[in-house]
Amino acid sequence: MVENRRWLTLFSHLVIWLGIALVALPLWIAFVASTHSSDMIMSGTLPFWPGEYMWENYSRILFGDAADAVGVSVSTLLLNSLIMALGIAIGKIVISMMAAYAIVFFEFRFRLFSFWMIFMTLMLPVEVRIIPTFEVVASLGLLDSYTGLTLPLIASATATFLFRQFFLTIPKEMLEAARVDGAGPIRFLFDILLPLSRTNIAALFVIMFIYGWNQYLWPLLVTNDENYYTVVMSIQRMLAVGDDEVAWNVVMPATVLAMLPPVLVVVLMQRLFVKGLVETEK
Amino acid sequence: MSRISTYNHRLLPWLLLAPQLAITLVFFVWPALQAVKQSFLIEDAFGLSSEFVWFDNFNELLHSEAYYSSFATTFIFGIGVTLLSMCSALLLAVMADRVIRGAALYKTLLVWPYAVAPAVAGVLWMFMFHPTIGVMTYLLELVQIRWNHSLNGHQAMLLVIIAAAWKQISYNFLFFLAGLQSIPRSLIEAAAIDGAGPMKRFRDIIFPLLSPTSFFLLVVNIVYAFFDTFGIIHAVTQGGPGSSTRTLVYKVFDDGFIGLDLGSSAAQSVILMFIVGAMTIIQFKFIERKVQY
Repeated sequence: MVENRRWLTLFSHLVIWLGIALVALPLWIAFVASTHSSDMIMSGTLPFWPGEYMWENYSRILFGDAADAVGVSVSTLLLNSLIMALGIAIGKIVISMMAAYAIVFFEFRFRLFSFWMIFMTLMLPVEVRIIPTFEVVASLGLLDSYTGLTLPLIASATATFLFRQFFLTIPKEMLEAARVDGAGPIRFLFDILLPLSRTNIAALFVIMFIYGWNQYLWPLLVTNDENYYTVVMSIQRMLAVGDDEVAWNVVMPATVLAMLPPVLVVVLMQRLFVKGLVETEK
Repeated sequence: MSRISTYNHRLLPWLLLAPQLAITLVFFVWPALQAVKQSFLIEDAFGLSSEFVWFDNFNELLHSEAYYSSFATTFIFGIGVTLLSMCSALLLAVMADRVIRGAALYKTLLVWPYAVAPAVAGVLWMFMFHPTIGVMTYLLELVQIRWNHSLNGHQAMLLVIIAAAWKQISYNFLFFLAGLQSIPRSLIEAAAIDGAGPMKRFRDIIFPLLSPTSFFLLVVNIVYAFFDTFGIIHAVTQGGPGSSTRTLVYKVFDDGFIGLDLGSSAAQSVILMFIVGAMTIIQFKFIERKVQY
């Protein structure tokens, strides 16, 4: 910094550590609760340190049925979430890249029209048009299927824009050189554009994976069959037990497991995550 | 879109566009049109017949107390989330920008809540504030505050605001930090030489230069609070107690799926689409300006 103020620097560190502690507190409490017995949690005086039931709580929901309301194990739920998140992330990247390629590198009628039609989807979040979308999916017979879980969420104006922006920065000499060397459009896409877009694709993948993993309302609506439940929506099913007592020693480990994969992705791929975050907002 | 060199195929661009356009048509345009159509109809209780009623659904909404109160709830919620999360993020970002050592570590320790699903964030905070077993409830009891968000509407609102703001802190922090780091050091040094202390520098130089970032985040946060927080409200309060946390998006779902009043729900969807559209345009207008800036 400009001048050396030791106390101010110390104070800054202190404020940040306080902030970090406050931000991490809910996670810590959830983790601690997930390692105690049901009785301990229900007694209302949760200790600050983890207990001895960690293995028992986690192994029970991972290998046995998660709860009465959810008749499958949490491993199944995690697998479903993974399929949905990967399906959405990969699907979005593939179709957006193809669309952006067509819009930037081809001359054809209705190019502008196609662009605007894709742009419009940006204005329609799932939550807003939920009932008609549900009806469409139901009438296509896609309820209780992986296709129904992923396909309606795959169209993405954001990703198309990102690729379009990136493709526009590619010098036209590159395309001309490729043409002189006899590379057709498909070859150009696979041999030149794809390798150049690698970091963009990776950054987008991180963002879209989190988006897909964290979907809540959509899987809640389109799945009735427990075999297609995702882990995030199941937590709500476990909580909605009416007048019965909530089985916190099941809900808490499930909650921890539900946030672990996306949190790990963000922390381990932080650089890509930040890049993706900044670019998808442009 | 001024591209000089392009390919001149006839069929290929359409093949490339086909999947995106097909999904857009089937899952976006078609449902949106259905919503518009539905908003002009009233169905009987069994869904057997429907009647074309022009703007009756809209009319009814605009004269309904519940709709205005939902607007007010959404507004309070949006302002609360935006203020709480932007202020705490700004404070942390300014502090992180000051220190040289540990900045990377601090960033890592603050970005992860972004990855937590809204519904899960809601459950985390609900557990801490649980009326009988919550840690926070216990602590509040010590200072004579009785916490029960399933009975007290204000407390329920506060709880969903905290949960929603918590999740958004990482996002705001990252953008504020990037904004702070892009301010030229020479400017701040010059002010320091002229005798401006840290507080004065922040007020007169740093804060004004951050205003593009702040405005951008303001729009993003409001959009987030309006449309991306359904999971928190559904998992924690279900719009209750009473209708104290029933935001506009929650009301669309509640009236349509639970209340089965499809016409009204569709009319609400249409109104929301206009709101999202307006906000998207504001966002884009602003970003065009930022590029020149």
